Amino acid sequence: MNRVRHTAEPGVGEGPMNWLVAALVVLLAPHFLTQPTWVVGLALLAVAWRFLAVRRSVPLPGRWSLAALAFMATAGVIATHGTVLGRDAGVSLLLIMTGLKVLETRNQRDAMLTIFLGYFVVVTHFLYSQEIPMVAYMVVAMLLTTMVLIRLNAPGPPPGLREQAGLAGRMLLQALPVMLILFLLFPRLPGPLWGVPQDEPTARTGLSDSMSPGSISDLLQSDAPALRARFPDGPPPAALRYWRGPVFSDYDGRTWRAGQAFMPATDPDPSDAVGEIQYSVRLEPHRHRWLLALDPPASAPEGRRLNADYVLFSPRPVHRVETYDLTTVPGAALEVELSAERRQQALHIPDTAGPRARELAARWADNGTAPEDIVEQAMRYFNEEPFHYTLSPPHLPADPVDGFLFDTRAGFCEHYAGSFVFLMRAAGVPARVVTGYQGGEWNRAGGYLLVRQSDAHAWAEVWLEDRGWVRVDPTGAVAPERIELGIRAALSHEENLPAFLRRGDSFSGLAALRIQWEYWRETTAYYWNGWVLGFGPERQRELLARLGLGGLDWRGTVALMAGLLVLVAAVFSLAFLWHNRRPERDPLARLYRRFTKRMARLGTPPLPHEGPRDFADRIARERPELHESVAHFTRIYEALRYGPDPDPDLFRILRTRLRALP
Amino acid sequence: MKWHSSAQMLEPAIRWLTRREHPAGREVTLHRRRIYILPTRAGYVYGMMLVIMLLGAVNYTNSMAFLLTFLLVGLGANGIWHTHRNLLGLRVIRLPAKPVFAGESAHCLYRIENPGHVPRRALMLHRGPSGGEPVAVEARSGTIARLSLPAERRGHLRPGRFSISTVYPLGLFRAWSWIEFDEAVTVYPRPVPANATPPRPSGDKDTGVTRPLEGDEFAGLREYQRGDSPRQVDWKALARTGDLYTRNFEVQRGGNIWLDWDALPATDTETRLSMLCYQVLKAHERGLCYGLRLPGIAFEPDRGAEHRSRCLTALAHFGHPA
Repeated sequence: MNRVRHTAEPGVGEGPMNWLVAALVVLLAPHFLTQPTWVVGLALLAVAWRFLAVRRSVPLPGRWSLAALAFMATAGVIATHGTVLGRDAGVSLLLIMTGLKVLETRNQRDAMLTIFLGYFVVVTHFLYSQEIPMVAYMVVAMLLTTMVLIRLNAPGPPPGLREQAGLAGRMLLQALPVMLILFLLFPRLPGPLWGVPQDEPTARTGLSDSMSPGSISDLLQSDAPALRARFPDGPPPAALRYWRGPVFSDYDGRTWRAGQAFMPATDPDPSDAVGEIQYSVRLEPHRHRWLLALDPPASAPEGRRLNADYVLFSPRPVHRVETYDLTTVPGAALEVELSAERRQQALHIPDTAGPRARELAARWADNGTAPEDIVEQAMRYFNEEPFHYTLSPPHLPADPVDGFLFDTRAGFCEHYAGSFVFLMRAAGVPARVVTGYQGGEWNRAGGYLLVRQSDAHAWAEVWLEDRGWVRVDPTGAVAPERIELGIRAALSHEENLPAFLRRGDSFSGLAALRIQWEYWRETTAYYWNGWVLGFGPERQRELLARLGLGGLDWRGTVALMAGLLVLVAAVFSLAFLWHNRRPERDPLARLYRRFTKRMARLGTPPLPHEGPRDFADRIARERPELHESVAHFTRIYEALRYGPDPDPDLFRILRTRLRALP
Repeated sequence: MKWHSSAQMLEPAIRWLTRREHPAGREVTLHRRRIYILPTRAGYVYGMMLVIMLLGAVNYTNSMAFLLTFLLVGLGANGIWHTHRNLLGLRVIRLPAKPVFAGESAHCLYRIENPGHVPRRALMLHRGPSGGEPVAVEARSGTIARLSLPAERRGHLRPGRFSISTVYPLGLFRAWSWIEFDEAVTVYPRPVPANATPPRPSGDKDTGVTRPLEGDEFAGLREYQRGDSPRQVDWKALARTGDLYTRNFEVQRGGNIWLDWDALPATDTETRLSMLCYQVLKAHERGLCYGLRLPGIAFEPDRGAEHRSRCLTALAHFGHPA
């Protein structure tokens, strides 16, 4: 960037610069929510400085002070983020660069670069939120940025605001066909290109890969959607809505973790199954590899894997909405043949943990009771003893199992499931903890089941001879309504009910309206997530299959895309030519043209540099006999063409005047 | 180096490819096939930006980033049509250009008419490095655009082939069309004072002005100007009015100023023409009746704007007839 080049470029006028400043404020401001305040503040300060430089002729910083500023800002980014790489640091740097670029924007080319940086800033917002409100905001920002781009490229007499906005809007609308074709057909690579973006939205909640007291209670406070499942044959019964997630077999006295389950799953034995249910899931990203499936899954869909614990896994972490089709076989027997090793794993408890619980379990198992009866006894124990379902259990003393079973007796699913499995193992019945979701709201409009994070649940599985793993939900023994009606019912008398769960209390007036709104919003989110945010290689294949092009490989898809783009280009060319085909559709211009033709026939053709008035004056000089009628005609024409509010009658008069000419 | 330079790099090739287009007479309509379009440098930068955005979108498997990138692809591509359309169908009409003096800028004027119903903006005329201010033409109207060219030598300045171009609306593409009219601007010689003394009716012989005979027919009075001969001052009028008046005599045939090639000091042709040019201007300014004598051609003494331009044109084209 040497000086000579700069002076050769046309400068940026005050008008375009003000527009640029306005666009940048709109583009930068939302990053206050995602970036360190000083970063966004610095960028906006730079923009404000540029604005004052235009308005109040405040001097701009010199080259060296700018370089120093850039250096310090970069150091600041490193100090804040610890790196210059990765999403957050990258975005911070981009914002600062954009701000500083505005400060040194002096000519057309700098301004264009600033606009391009602005388009980049739009993208960075989507790294943090792709929700509909953000997208709507960015549509406005895009319109504004494009208007500024147009304004920058209109030196000389500038277009009016309405023309600018209209043109920008029209151009963006006309870009939609290309956008859609590319979005739907551009070959989608599955994974990240340069390593997993580790800095996914950190606020995202979901199941965890271990279970210790309190790990699920966080989830219960969140109404964020966990997954949406479409059931073509109608909603499954509430009792079947167990969404199987991570399974935990290892217990260290406080925390449950997944055990070794690398072996592939043995196929479920469907002989006792009661029919099967087909459905498809749209899973919200949760940064882990497991996928949720209705319990028990029949088999893994293509490209996924069921491990020995019947947990469905994706080959890579779920970073965007993941879609898959599944079948569940309620009642199918899982792992009827349990190997000695697996049995050992399902019986292990730490030697020192829960001495009182062991005692209790030993009593149940004492006289060779059948495992079924032990399970029965444990369920009765939870049901008959004064256990209490609450989301805010008292703090547990050193030994969580004994503490819960004999002292506090207040807790929720994870306490019940964990202690139940402990009791079973102590009594010699192989058992394990299953986490996932239970329940879901049926959305009639969308025909799908919405499962929220607050539906997170933990239950137990015990292994019984000939029956394999059988689901036992000890929470149901304490609060059966939790299973039948969902968490809202279970907590309806709770003092600490989270605000969003309280809405079911009254269905009158405003509350009903709010539910309606939520419902509508939720339906929109469903389609948005499924078809926009979750659009990836699978969706692309699905779409092609629906169009009857299932057999197309990537080459075929690219060819189809190219063909469609060429088609769009051809349609555009034709449309533009058509638009320009008869330039003179203005009746007034046609009338005037007829007038000039007539004058030419009479021997006085108009000269190219002559406006109507000059022409009339010349005719008056050269052809005095025509003077009066021509002057009159021209006066009416001028009134119609340039007058403030032309009278339609004048047009008719003009036409008769033309006929009256010789 | 400018944003448009990439397109300009290719222009010589296109110029050569289209060399057979003949100069137009008076008017040119910019048809589809006359309009060329190439990305500007900003357009290439924009393309690079899209590639980077696409990589980011793939890396983060971010649907909205994909959508935005593809929207910008569509927008950029749409720029092709809009930029092309910004020239399409325009009529460029040559207007007579005013003669200029060598060393000044010649302003070739063109009326640009927009018969369409979409306003056209940021239209530029260019010939080589010189051009004019950008103009806009509203729908169904016309405007006058100027192509300013340095007039270096006297004679005919032919603008030759120039371009009308635009980068509107996005600045990513530059559309242009070549226009060549069979036209020429007359460039008068650069006026140079002869020995720094303007020709005066009372001037001495060295200036090359033959001393005019004080005419015999009294033509009236005019305001005294410095340098007027005291013999011509109307002293009676001074007594009457207190102002100085010069008696003006209608200068008769044979008694007029002759601006004469041969009377000038013997220098090269161009200098002599420049001197004569200066003298014509001065003589016209003074309202004198002057004649011009060049080798092989002579203009009888006369006065008035038409005479002046005839003389100047003769000087402009001296040696190479128009």
